[in-house]
Amino acid sequence: MNARQKLVALWTIVRSEIRRFMRIWPQTLLPPSITMTMYFIIFGNLIGSRIGQMDGVDYMDYIVPGLIMMSVITNSYSNVASSFFGSKFQRSVEEMIISPMPNWLVLSGFVIGGAARGLAVGIIVTAVSLFFTDLQIQHPILTILVVIMTAVLFSIGGFINALLGKKFDDISIVPIFVLTPLTYLGGVFYSIHTLPEFWQNVSLINPILYMVNTFRYGILGVSDINVGAAVGAIAVFIVIFFSAAIWLLRRGKGLRS
Amino acid sequence: MHAALSIRGLTKVYDNSFHALKGIDLEVPQGDFFALLGPNGAGKSTTLGVVSSLVRKTAGEVSIYGIDVDRDFARARYYLGVVPQEFNFNQFEKVEDIVLTQAGYYGIPRRQAEERAHQLLEDLGLWDKRHDAARMLSGGMKRRLMIARALIHRPKLLILDEPTAGVDIELRRSMWEYMKRINEQEGTTIILTTHYLEEAESLCRNIAIINHGEIVHNTSMRELLGQLSRETFVLDLASPVAQCPVIEGFDVERLDDSQLTLSVDKGQRINDAFARLSEQNIEVVSMRNRANRLEELFVRMVEGSNGTQGQQGGIR
Repeated sequence: MNARQKLVALWTIVRSEIRRFMRIWPQTLLPPSITMTMYFIIFGNLIGSRIGQMDGVDYMDYIVPGLIMMSVITNSYSNVASSFFGSKFQRSVEEMIISPMPNWLVLSGFVIGGAARGLAVGIIVTAVSLFFTDLQIQHPILTILVVIMTAVLFSIGGFINALLGKKFDDISIVPIFVLTPLTYLGGVFYSIHTLPEFWQNVSLINPILYMVNTFRYGILGVSDINVGAAVGAIAVFIVIFFSAAIWLLRRGKGLRS
Repeated sequence: MHAALSIRGLTKVYDNSFHALKGIDLEVPQGDFFALLGPNGAGKSTTLGVVSSLVRKTAGEVSIYGIDVDRDFARARYYLGVVPQEFNFNQFEKVEDIVLTQAGYYGIPRRQAEERAHQLLEDLGLWDKRHDAARMLSGGMKRRLMIARALIHRPKLLILDEPTAGVDIELRRSMWEYMKRINEQEGTTIILTTHYLEEAESLCRNIAIINHGEIVHNTSMRELLGQLSRETFVLDLASPVAQCPVIEGFDVERLDDSQLTLSVDKGQRINDAFARLSEQNIEVVSMRNRANRLEELFVRMVEGSNGTQGQQGGIR
């Protein structure tokens, strides 16, 4: 395939993925906006008004970046996991396997599609948050960079999950039992400085903590961790996950007998 | 000139140690209409799976139009179109989108593919259904959709894995006509697997029979049918006969009052049998083969390679 043909093939996958989540918007785009509205009302308005400030900012402002990031993470991941596993289940993935598309192109198409949904939901949640707070972005470039990197990383994670999954249960185990606890414990609702020292150190091994805090730094200018190191760590994770996905694709794991 | 498909020493051992293919060699010339037959589990789909890269081979070489699939997989795949046995498209997608998306996977821009998709959907009787979700189609339509999808990038080698399974006879015949047309007019090499042996006999010029992961016969259809040493016909009589007539040199059996079976060995003249029947005032109004000729041979060859009798469950 020449470069132009690859671009057409990539766009074909991305287009299909975007059309898929747009077509089923009541399942993909609407639920996070409802859930996050509840978070803003209950945790931000009702409980937050009693908490006061966290790291020097209003509690409502403090949780907004974390909630946006939580939406981006879960939606990027679940979009690719369900879409790619669905194509495995229906065997329509065979259309791609027998085509001349290289593995990296197939992976990139799904990842861009997953990141697109994550970012679309992120934008919706950001728009909802504007009804509750006046959002001022302190470092716009860092904010956009880290949200895109996070969406890409978790899209690749969803792809690997779908490749290894053998039944639908397998693609819901990671989001429920791994991603949700890590996200809740990743500093979405609190600063790790409020924890005892032991639990602060335990929190530092949670990768989502770095993403949430870097994103929060981008918006509010406050963070629990070193932002530069966090961006580097996310980039390294992307390279490792992407390489692992390519290796699995090359071996035909879950795709070829 | 390179063969459309060349397979050398192809071996496949699955993870459970099952030897699906035991070093098979196969050559399909360009422009051929080729039948790959065998009982269920013989290795047909595994062979085609390796060619289309859905199955990883254990050993051996596969090349398509002279292009080694291991060395230049992308170029080899441009030559190949596959219609699998089972439906493998997104059931929620629209018919036209399924075909156009496949074109995109081959790097063909949507606008450019639309004209070809239109033609294929028209030819295969799906144009009126182009905006319907694939799950709304009948079984026969779904099979035709997979043919349209496989042809969108103009492959030179088309693999049809039981394309007419579950399709009614009228539709099956129209699909045969279509396959003949693309083979004869567009020069597309076609490899067909089927359990309808009448289909293979009527369409294919060359044939390979595979059993237990080995090619047990590989020859032209004409030569294969020439090996049939005895044919049995069913004769419909104008008036009933009370007892079975005796014709010297021929085996005759009375099926009922108005039907006989007549077995004719190679070298015998069927006219002689008719003459003897006329002498006994028995008039034949029509006749037909008791079984498909290829089916008779197929069963015999597979039984021979099995070493036992009657193990061909599922052959229609």
